[in-house]
Amino acid sequence: MTLIGVLALQGDFIEHIHALQRIGADTREVRLPQQLQGLDGLILPGGESTTIGKLAVAYGLMEPIQEFGKHHAIWGTCAGAILLSKDAKRHQPLLELMDITVERNAFGRQVDSFEVDLDIPALGKVAPPGRPYHAVFIRAPLIDSVSAGVEVLGRLPNGKIVAAREGHFLATAFHPELTQDDRFHKLFVEMSKSD
Amino acid sequence: MEQQTATFAVKKGLAQMLKGGVIMDVVNADQAKIAEDAGACAVMALERVPADIRADGGVARMSDPDMILKIMDAVTIPVMAKCRIGHFVEAQILEAIGVDYIDESEVLTPADEAHHIYKHNFKIPFVCGCRNLGEALRRVGEGAAMIRTKGEAGTGDVVEAVRHARSVLGEIRKLQTMPEEELMALAKELGAPYELLLETKELGRLPVVNFAAGGIATPADAALMMQLGVDGVFVGSGIFKSGDPAKRATAIVKATTHYRDAAILAEVSRNLGEPMVGRQISSIPDQDLIATRGW
Repeated sequence: MTLIGVLALQGDFIEHIHALQRIGADTREVRLPQQLQGLDGLILPGGESTTIGKLAVAYGLMEPIQEFGKHHAIWGTCAGAILLSKDAKRHQPLLELMDITVERNAFGRQVDSFEVDLDIPALGKVAPPGRPYHAVFIRAPLIDSVSAGVEVLGRLPNGKIVAAREGHFLATAFHPELTQDDRFHKLFVEMSKSD
Repeated sequence: MEQQTATFAVKKGLAQMLKGGVIMDVVNADQAKIAEDAGACAVMALERVPADIRADGGVARMSDPDMILKIMDAVTIPVMAKCRIGHFVEAQILEAIGVDYIDESEVLTPADEAHHIYKHNFKIPFVCGCRNLGEALRRVGEGAAMIRTKGEAGTGDVVEAVRHARSVLGEIRKLQTMPEEELMALAKELGAPYELLLETKELGRLPVVNFAAGGIATPADAALMMQLGVDGVFVGSGIFKSGDPAKRATAIVKATTHYRDAAILAEVSRNLGEPMVGRQISSIPDQDLIATRGW
């Protein structure tokens, strides 16, 4: 059994837990550093990145998560992807684990939130290939730039990067946890096992 | 599939991102910054907090768009604003300036005593108040993408927030054990759309995010509402009518996250200074109650 933690400081952590339960993974809500013990992987959910960052600092989670990330898989969705990034172009607490730069609220305000089908070839590892991935973007960030070691997993039709992987780190600007399509969660459980 | 905006999934989705968080009433950009720095997941921009609306009397309307825009410029977190119940033109104005969520709120003076806004027509999502399951599902039927139990705004007395949360959540628990053939009669009794009642039974929760509001003034109040089973809390007058708003705001944010951890709740409740001066709901005449507005 694979045990996946979900950072439960604020945001849609229950949606992630439900998706993980659907695919048979064990789950744990993480609010304090000691709750990282024994996990195979950690998900940083959607939510408000400033809120989650401040609470992570207040409860001493930043360094333990960085330490955890040396040997374990971490996936950030939306706000979580911002936390994983090296640079969000403004002053706020970041884990700086992934060599990506993100732009917060890159599409504008809530009125500009959207749904779209994406082509994500990497999902062929966990499901029959070819089926598009229906992605939900909520006041979403964009991945502005990636370094050479980062693999781009998905782009919008206009070419902008919205999903990327670097070693055992995964970042998506959209919210697989808001859909019933569990392929990204399966991919992440596989990434957590292989470490 | 082409890119689609303003779907119910993205409207509801933003509320899902707010879960486990605290939405704070603010009356200017400085307060909005304090709220954001304290860890608020969103702010509600309004000219007067409910305690002042209650004290001032008169007609309470949508806030000046200029003041709302200044708050939108000051913070990166979502900004909500209130329109009067049934006042769809105030809602159109709030949509035009691009707020992230509209609260069709009983805290303002209702503009229509029979009808709420048809919210499906808007690109911006709505949050609405409720006191029971029937009221919650009527609002969802009209297009609300988020629900908050009403409590009694501007009092600092949590008793009505508890009553309304227990009512909604208790009715959902009863629904779980009810056989299907009894649902239509229940829909009639509650005044709730049948299909939404069925969906609520299947989900075991409201089909949209459900926060608590109205009278939450302390970290313990916030944690109480979370333990009762809501998804997050609105704090109105409770923060900026207290002695040390920044400290209290931070404490309420922490209490909402660690709502089951009594040791942390004890720690964050220490030395917060003066809470807002409360007003016992039992001392308020019936005609001055806000929660009874909404149909």
